[in-house]
Amino acid sequence: MAEAILRMTGIGKEFPGVRALDGVDFRLLPGEVHALMGENGAGKSTLIKVLTGVYSIDSGEIELAGDRVAFTGPLEAQKAGISTVYQEVNLCPNLSVAENVFIGREPRRFGRIRWREMRRRAAELLTRLDLAIDVAKPLSHYSLAIQQMVAIARAIDVDARVLILDEPTSSLDAGEVAQLFRVMRRLKEQGIAILFVSHFLDQIYEIADRMTILRNGRLVGEYVTAELPQVELVGKMIGRELAELERLDERPPARTSDTLVEATELGGRVAPFSLTIREGEVVGLAGLLGSGRTEIARLLFGADHAATGTLRIGGDQVTLRTPRGAMARGVAFCSENRREEGLIPELTVRENLILALQARRGWSRPVPRKKQDELVAKYIKALNIRPDNPEMLIRNLSGGNQQKVLLARWLILEPRLLILDEPTRGIDVGAKAEIQKLVVELSDGGMAVLFISAELDEVLRLSHKVAVLRDRRLVAELPNDDTLTTDVLMETIASGGAK
Amino acid sequence: MKTLALPRQLPGRLPRNYLPVLVTGALFIAMFTAGGIRYEGFATGQIILNVFIDNAFLLVVAVGMTFVILTGGIDLSVGSVVALTTMIAASLLPSTPSFLVILLVLAIGGVLGAAMGAIIHYFEIQPFIVTLAGMFLARGLCYTIGTDSIPINDPTFTAIAQTRIDLAPELWISPTVLIALAVVLVATYTLHYTRLGRNVYAVGGNEQSALLMGLPVARTKIAVYTISGLCSALGGLLLSFYMLSGYGLHAVGMELDAIAAVVIGGTLLTGGSGYLLGTVLGVLVLGLIQTVISFEGTLSSWWTKIVIGLLLLVFILLQRLIVTTGVSRER
Repeated sequence: MAEAILRMTGIGKEFPGVRALDGVDFRLLPGEVHALMGENGAGKSTLIKVLTGVYSIDSGEIELAGDRVAFTGPLEAQKAGISTVYQEVNLCPNLSVAENVFIGREPRRFGRIRWREMRRRAAELLTRLDLAIDVAKPLSHYSLAIQQMVAIARAIDVDARVLILDEPTSSLDAGEVAQLFRVMRRLKEQGIAILFVSHFLDQIYEIADRMTILRNGRLVGEYVTAELPQVELVGKMIGRELAELERLDERPPARTSDTLVEATELGGRVAPFSLTIREGEVVGLAGLLGSGRTEIARLLFGADHAATGTLRIGGDQVTLRTPRGAMARGVAFCSENRREEGLIPELTVRENLILALQARRGWSRPVPRKKQDELVAKYIKALNIRPDNPEMLIRNLSGGNQQKVLLARWLILEPRLLILDEPTRGIDVGAKAEIQKLVVELSDGGMAVLFISAELDEVLRLSHKVAVLRDRRLVAELPNDDTLTTDVLMETIASGGAK
Repeated sequence: MKTLALPRQLPGRLPRNYLPVLVTGALFIAMFTAGGIRYEGFATGQIILNVFIDNAFLLVVAVGMTFVILTGGIDLSVGSVVALTTMIAASLLPSTPSFLVILLVLAIGGVLGAAMGAIIHYFEIQPFIVTLAGMFLARGLCYTIGTDSIPINDPTFTAIAQTRIDLAPELWISPTVLIALAVVLVATYTLHYTRLGRNVYAVGGNEQSALLMGLPVARTKIAVYTISGLCSALGGLLLSFYMLSGYGLHAVGMELDAIAAVVIGGTLLTGGSGYLLGTVLGVLVLGLIQTVISFEGTLSSWWTKIVIGLLLLVFILLQRLIVTTGVSRER
């Protein structure tokens, strides 16, 4: 086996009250894609931050190409050849692609920036990544996937030996992921060691050569991907039985209950569509990023105005002008942007939980503290929110637990229709299973759920029927029977429903 | 919004960012043509040169303001720094050599700007508040020097004030115009061909990203306020050549004129997008409005403000349109 380019031994890191990393060993070989696996809170981010010098280590040592190193910041790590590309693209959208690659180290002569030279070199570099785009155009002109590739181009131009990709795929669609993987394979051939973090197991199995699994800040082990079956991987990550996950694999029977929501030729930022949702029914919305999934949700929640068509909720024809109006009719909407549209990071778990209830009651009738505590205790228990401290600031919770708080906020209102927009994106396997289980329980209890997710097997597992979207148009509505598989869904998306 | 879609790309190789600059340029030409048709003796080259002569100081101040606004900041202190400069110059000139005075006031402007920039960056305070404080401070300092207007009789200053540089028969400019244009040229070069300039755009585009990309954000932010302070001081010198007096009530509200010129010139107040050429055109448009209203004769000068107000509104709406229609992307 080749000599490791990066070797971390016995890494320990402690935060007040938490042992984030405990004697973790990690090594990275040149020319491999190495997945760092673990649930949220397992210590993946801490390990990366320790490696790039964001945090200092309490114990252990880091060796880069045989030399012992201790970085004081990402910049220093970058100079030593360890570059990081984060989930959010940290570039300047107003500058050109070429500038984004080279700013800070532009080719100059007598202090004057040589634009032509810079554009030529940028184009050359991007060609190495199989990307033929106009480098003179501003970055904002291109999709997130391309922006991410530009970030990678910037990272590897500084002679990177180690490239860390922290959840680069969570907001990319299938085609964009494929493009990213092509680039990763190419970099691998060039001998760059890639540390890859992703919550999508399929992607890990597609791209990673080896993986290191962490759980609760401890090393579980280092494995060759091809030799570790998925089920075992998940078992090692969450350290508990998978019975829960598998129980959900039975297909739910179709619902015959009363119609709750009936949209007829409803249109706005999506082409007019018709859709019915019965009580206790889970309707899945499948489609690529930007296919109009969120737009439909926003229409049903009154966040966008319908330009055409009619909407009936519980038999009454309604015109939704504001989310408040929708809430009054029992519609709740869990946004996909937890951070921007959902949670208020500076408030506590309790305050975040109570927010929607308080909004419905109006500011003049505060929710009594005693009732708040009761409700909060009930939902923290019901949804298994950890840590179970209602006075903790929400920003200190992991992604999965933040999502649960957001869900609980709407559940307190006891809605009739719950719209979940990507509720499991970017959260770990354990929390994902819990949220999926919850959806099943809620629908068994009679709540209608509109379930939006980019992961087709998740949609299939939970939905009674699936509506397929493409290019802002509802192209098919399929009952979830034995004939419906993820392949059928993908074909429907690809063909636009044309038979 | 969809129906108002603007062209994705302008003809040729011009990016759409140039659109506001082109609109401002077209507006200037339209106003000049309309004035020429309506008023006798309007459509001469000297009218445009007069706009330069009367607004050279504003142009210099607006150049500094452009740097600040490109980073997403704002500098409200410029008008007061201009007044302070005229005051210090006027009070020192009788006893001090003029070149020393010039160096001193430039240093004071630069130091004031650097101090505000440092406070804005290191204490993470809104530029609005910090420069508002700077504005009161500088204006107040004027009155500690004196409450009345102080005339300037220094031979160098009066010489510059009275020099006419003939370009052609019937066409002349003042030395202040040359100084202002030199400032514009140097600033344009800085913005487009130096690292400092590109860092200004990067910080305005996304400060957090700029930091993570390893750019010297602190140095850049302090630099733009220093440049603005320097430009204000230089603008103050040009104003003292023009007025030949120092007075605490000079340049009241000039910061707002400068901001208006920059915005009409197409620079986004949120930072990261804009060109100095736009600022030059913005100043010319503001100047031409005044000229038109003085030619009209019967209109009160308040109409200048009304027209500027309307123009500002139109340009901010135009920018909004460009931003909202500019988000569609290629895959």
